[in-house]
Amino acid sequence: MTAAPLRLELQGITKQYPAVKANDGVSLRVKPGEIHAVLGENGAGKSTLMKIIYGAVRPDAGEIRWNGQPVVVKSPHEARALGISMVFQHFSLFDTLTAAENVWLGLDKSQPLPQVTERIRQVAADYGLEVDPLRPVHTLSVGERQRVEIVRALLGRPQLLILDEPTSVLTPQAVDRLFVTLRQLSAQGCSILYISHKLDEIRALCHHCTVLRGGRVTGEVDPTQETNASLSRLMIGAEPPQLQHREARLGDVVLKLEGLSIPKRDPFATTLDGVSLEVRAGEIVGIAGVSGNGQQELMAALSGEDGRSPPGSIRLFGHDIARRGPAARRRLGLHFVPEERLGRGAVPTLSLQANTLLTRTENVSRSGWLKTADVKRLAEDLIARFNVKAGGPDAAAKSLSGGNLQKFIVGREIDAKPKLLIVSQPTWGVDVGAAAQIRGELLKLRDAGCALLVVSEELDELFEISDRLVVMAQGRLSPSIPAREATVEQIGEWMSGLWEVQHAEA
Amino acid sequence: MLKLEARPQPSKAMSIASPLVALAITVLIGIGLFVLLGKDPLKGLQMFFVEPVKSGYALAELSVKAVPLVLIALGLAVCFRSNLWNIGAEGQFVLGALAGGWVAMQADEHTGRWIVAAILVAGVLGGMLWGAIVALLRDRFNANEILVSLMLVYVADMLLNWLVYGPWKDPHGYNFPQSVTFAAATRIPRLIDGWRLNIGALIALAAVAGCWLFLFRTYRGFQLQVGGLAPAAARYAGFSSRTALWTALLMSGGMAGLAGALEAAGPLGQLTPYVPAGYGFAAIIVAFVGRLHPVGIVFSAVLMSMFYIGGELAQSRLGLPKSITGVFQGLLLFALLACDTLIHYRLRWAAAQPRPAVKEA
Repeated sequence: MTAAPLRLELQGITKQYPAVKANDGVSLRVKPGEIHAVLGENGAGKSTLMKIIYGAVRPDAGEIRWNGQPVVVKSPHEARALGISMVFQHFSLFDTLTAAENVWLGLDKSQPLPQVTERIRQVAADYGLEVDPLRPVHTLSVGERQRVEIVRALLGRPQLLILDEPTSVLTPQAVDRLFVTLRQLSAQGCSILYISHKLDEIRALCHHCTVLRGGRVTGEVDPTQETNASLSRLMIGAEPPQLQHREARLGDVVLKLEGLSIPKRDPFATTLDGVSLEVRAGEIVGIAGVSGNGQQELMAALSGEDGRSPPGSIRLFGHDIARRGPAARRRLGLHFVPEERLGRGAVPTLSLQANTLLTRTENVSRSGWLKTADVKRLAEDLIARFNVKAGGPDAAAKSLSGGNLQKFIVGREIDAKPKLLIVSQPTWGVDVGAAAQIRGELLKLRDAGCALLVVSEELDELFEISDRLVVMAQGRLSPSIPAREATVEQIGEWMSGLWEVQHAEA
Repeated sequence: MLKLEARPQPSKAMSIASPLVALAITVLIGIGLFVLLGKDPLKGLQMFFVEPVKSGYALAELSVKAVPLVLIALGLAVCFRSNLWNIGAEGQFVLGALAGGWVAMQADEHTGRWIVAAILVAGVLGGMLWGAIVALLRDRFNANEILVSLMLVYVADMLLNWLVYGPWKDPHGYNFPQSVTFAAATRIPRLIDGWRLNIGALIALAAVAGCWLFLFRTYRGFQLQVGGLAPAAARYAGFSSRTALWTALLMSGGMAGLAGALEAAGPLGQLTPYVPAGYGFAAIIVAFVGRLHPVGIVFSAVLMSMFYIGGELAQSRLGLPKSITGVFQGLLLFALLACDTLIHYRLRWAAAQPRPAVKEA
């Protein structure tokens, strides 16, 4: 068969970084119209490989062939000229500009902005990607920002689209919609490189799968013929640990929200509208929902970072804490792990030991002096207990990988023996092993009698660890439903705010 | 080909070495400069790097310049670490001199030595007042502290001029714009007879220790710095940004005011339109060259003072323009900024281009 030449072929790609060999003789073959998965844990070298294809990083050795021709991709600009587009895991959008202006920035300036805006609307409609081009990016949720990035990538009519962990911020329905979009692209002949560590998705979507571990290719398989276990073995060399889920032993009501309404701060934030919820000791309540529906606002209200909650709307063990600041709430046993690790949960340039002081004050003397030896010991203990891979208590927070920093931050809050732990996106961008460990720690804390409230955009995760589920949509909170009785379809519908109809029927 | 490559971690050694390399580069360019100007470069360097430190007396003179720089720069370091850009230390310095000077003018020949303490306290309060205006406007109206603090420098200058040309003018001063000479009791006590080295040097050293303790050993200092490094993390932790604003501006204002009072009741001994000598602005350079670190600031203040004195000597002995001081200060800052690149990056020899299809080790 005289097949068309391969869309993309990599031979022996090697890239040495100062500390690690990110890619070691990696080869990859992508056919036209193929959806090709690149599977691997964080740090396996997936992102480096994609950056090499996209021209953002130069390989030390190896060959790239594009449609059969050897090429040297010197810059992302050249990559785009060839027809390669990429959607990064970390978005490169300017906060102060609108979605359309951001897209326009990356294009050649011959097109006027209104025309670009129109094209965005068109592409967005064609592929079912809801994007309002006129909204400033800082008002968009993570999920919405990703859609802007995907639309931007599609405007160039690429022959190869690279997606780096695209579904970590999407609802099940949105994932399905994305898959429809991707299959549509694939049918039109556009090849897709799909980077992920989510096995179900890869098996559902991809035609071919290249597995990376430690910078080397450890397998090339047809994912539809594989099981999660076999893929997992290729990826991490072992099967992911199973969580032990014991029966919940419910205690007293710890957190009681009643009529929590807060007007939005800016036109594109979400107004919290009469949120009511109870969380009891010894249970995990999961909050599902599409990002940008008020989760961030609710978290800020609960942590005390937003102090505008109406008096009496937030009670902790019956105390009205609505007007207390974060430090006062922490003294009452409310600890919070925010969604952003760097810059909010930890100060990037400070050491791990200094970062313990953000939320842990037991090493501060009454007169305000720091007990430096104790601070250091605490950091060392956290590193050891939660198996954080770091250079030691003096390592800067930003030197840690996302997963390890998350283990450190979650560990810092768990170790504080909270009575109520609120966690936002506990495992976002964290690799399989670390994610399982974090979930296991959360369950252990629950079994020890702590109340937990977890916000996550990964439904699988919520189903895995929650005792009860609630859904957030348009600033309102659904009634709760035992996680065992909930189905993905039902929760998905509730995410659109449709629980009242169903609840009335039930 | 030389290639810059990101380091996995910022280099600690380089962050200490960088000011030294910068100094070496400054010296090299300085030599070139002297040659171009037709002066003996060795003599030129001698003016800057030997004369100011060659005797006890010279060192004492050096301290007269270095003490105000250290004091002001310490306050600024706290401010800058809190991400507050107070660039009006010059005005706070003048207010300190005015407040201290006013107290000094109340003294007569019967006043006891306690007046010195009152002068210094007044100086601190004067500087704090000027810093508080900045804090208030920022806190209440969200006014930009860079502009406000800078503008207040000129207001302070006007105030000084009005006072020494008007109400505070010495009636027996032949109509020169200057206040009366302060009574002897107000003179900042000198450490050694005949030298201008005074207790300001001890106060500055104590301030260095105090500032170090505050920044690195107290919770309050930690909170300030978190607010500067990552405001969202400070909000998450529950550290008040208002407290940080007021603390930093009052501290830096107070330190500059203290320097002003020491200057007025020390080397000057009266108020003249020439109180503002640029220490407040030079201290910004001192703070950054000293890595915003109290100990580093001592070294950079001494270096900066050597440039001041060296510049004066180069003018009087070699006939070079006095602006050579500014050239040296500028060179040093530029060289430092360039060298700082090497804290986060390292130089490596690399092939001009990775050759595709050739496997290499």
